[in-house]
Amino acid sequence: MKDLTRRKRLRHSLIVLFTLFIFSLPFLITNNYYLSVLVIIGIHTTVVVGLCLLMGYAGQISLGHAAFYGLGAYASGILTSTYGISPWLAILAGAVGTGLITYTMGIPIFRLKEHYLALATLGLGLIIHVIFVEEVELTGGPSGLSKGIPYLSIGKLVLNTDFRYYFLVWAIALAAIILANNVVHSRIGRALRSIHGSEFAAKSLGVDTDKFKLQVFALSAIYASVAGSLYAHYITFISPSPFGLMTSIQFVVMAVVGGLSSIWGPILGVTAVTLLTEALKSIIPQLIPQAGGEYEIVIFGLILVITMIFLPEGLTSGLLKLYEGWRYRKERADEIP
Amino acid sequence: MTLASELLQYILSGLTMGGIYALVALGFVIIHNVTGIINFAQGEFVMLGAMFMVTLVGLKVPTPLALIISIILVMIVVGLIEFGAIRSARKASPVTLVIITIGLSTAIRGIALLVWGTNPYRLEPFTKGGPINIGGATIIPQSLWIIGTTVVVLVLTYFLFEYTYFGKALRACMVNKFAARLMGISPQKMSLFAFVFSAALGALAGIVIAPITYVTYDMGLMLGLKGFVAAVLGGLSSTPGAVIGGLALGVIESLGAGLVSSGYKDGIAFIILLLVLFLKPGGVFGTSGSKRV
Repeated sequence: MKDLTRRKRLRHSLIVLFTLFIFSLPFLITNNYYLSVLVIIGIHTTVVVGLCLLMGYAGQISLGHAAFYGLGAYASGILTSTYGISPWLAILAGAVGTGLITYTMGIPIFRLKEHYLALATLGLGLIIHVIFVEEVELTGGPSGLSKGIPYLSIGKLVLNTDFRYYFLVWAIALAAIILANNVVHSRIGRALRSIHGSEFAAKSLGVDTDKFKLQVFALSAIYASVAGSLYAHYITFISPSPFGLMTSIQFVVMAVVGGLSSIWGPILGVTAVTLLTEALKSIIPQLIPQAGGEYEIVIFGLILVITMIFLPEGLTSGLLKLYEGWRYRKERADEIP
Repeated sequence: MTLASELLQYILSGLTMGGIYALVALGFVIIHNVTGIINFAQGEFVMLGAMFMVTLVGLKVPTPLALIISIILVMIVVGLIEFGAIRSARKASPVTLVIITIGLSTAIRGIALLVWGTNPYRLEPFTKGGPINIGGATIIPQSLWIIGTTVVVLVLTYFLFEYTYFGKALRACMVNKFAARLMGISPQKMSLFAFVFSAALGALAGIVIAPITYVTYDMGLMLGLKGFVAAVLGGLSSTPGAVIGGLALGVIESLGAGLVSSGYKDGIAFIILLLVLFLKPGGVFGTSGSKRV
């Protein structure tokens, strides 16, 4: 028991430390470009935390999260620019709408298993994406919404700079992480992990696996939707292209690279993947002046492959293993003088 | 044009694309059965085949020779990939392996972009001649080539699997990997063989489809995806299922594009896919239902 409370305290102090670190960053970094990268990392983290909850704890893969991200973005974009509704209400409407859609669609989808389930979420995502492209009157079609999306504002404070937006984005990302953390360490979390372990065993012990899976799916979609709304109000313009299959795959890649077994995985995965993409964008033209975007794609793919070969469980558990190995060697060294 | 001939037209063009989907789906199924991996780089094999072919024909290599060399080149590339990347990650979880194939497909696409650029390439049809009229519908000679190639390949694959040592060993691996190993069949060798064989199927699909679409570095993305859909429709572990799944997907798509809306073509295909999955959760030809715990 004592050990358990100690671990809980450690977990809480880690979160507090991380929060302090995150909120002090914008005062240390004054470069706008770096800040904007951090804002994007925060937005993606919110999506990937939800995805990790679904993949790592409920053991269900989703290849449709970019579409849920898009649902939030379009809900915000259309409601605020075309109908002039308050942005905060639009975010809420997007989240509730996405939650309802995914919950109802989830009922038949979650009767499927493994690869079939992955394909069904992929199909759902593609259908939503086709709607974004084809419903020209509502969404503006392939070229995107024609009217500008307003910035978010709190009272009289308009969040129109990276510096101001950073705090909102990361407050929401941290809230998402803390909520996910509480879910994971609650009765529901244990039920979810039992589904991951063996669905049959979980069922036989009276866990309503279908209900839990649906709820987690809807929750992770709501995370994606809120993140999408934040994206729309940050960029203030949306078109269908960032909400396609490639983005869905990118989210899954971020989740897996970070590692699915810890709530720190998403932050690590999103940061690593985003920084890598940005770094490749700025480093490669310096090394090879005439190079275009091709080298980025090649190197990104190769790094992904190599990471997965050497750290198949993701960065988090890879780092943990390194740390444990180091501690083990240190203890051995202490014992044998 | 009457409705009947219009329908026939859609079905014929659907079967043409369906043949391609079937070849790609077959590659998915073979690799999945032998190794348990969903190989998301399958579409890139198609693109590589088409690209090598276009390049070789551009170098004035006669078409039949170019076809064989392109297929062999793709087989060598994929063999090296299997040897280098897939084998070293043998013990990883299925999700990790899927991510590895996604990384590979990204890298291959990037390399193709480096080598061939973003310009679309054109390949001349295998035989010259105008469209052929069948019962009010028209079909271009290249479509006949595609359908013919698909049939020949399927028959060859069937014989390979049923009557050769390699085929039997491969099937043994699909049925029970552990028992196959006890019988002296090396699953590693079979994995390599499955990848190389799927590469040949993909490359061939890319070569025969090249004259009717433009060849671009990113053509593999959508073809790979459709092949995956076809494979799942067919139950993911059944080779005849993959073929029928591919043909069905091609026809559904073409009917949807013709009768409803071409913009919603992909949407319609996926709505039907979802409906099929909801009604038969294990795919049309899959063994759904009970699973041993």
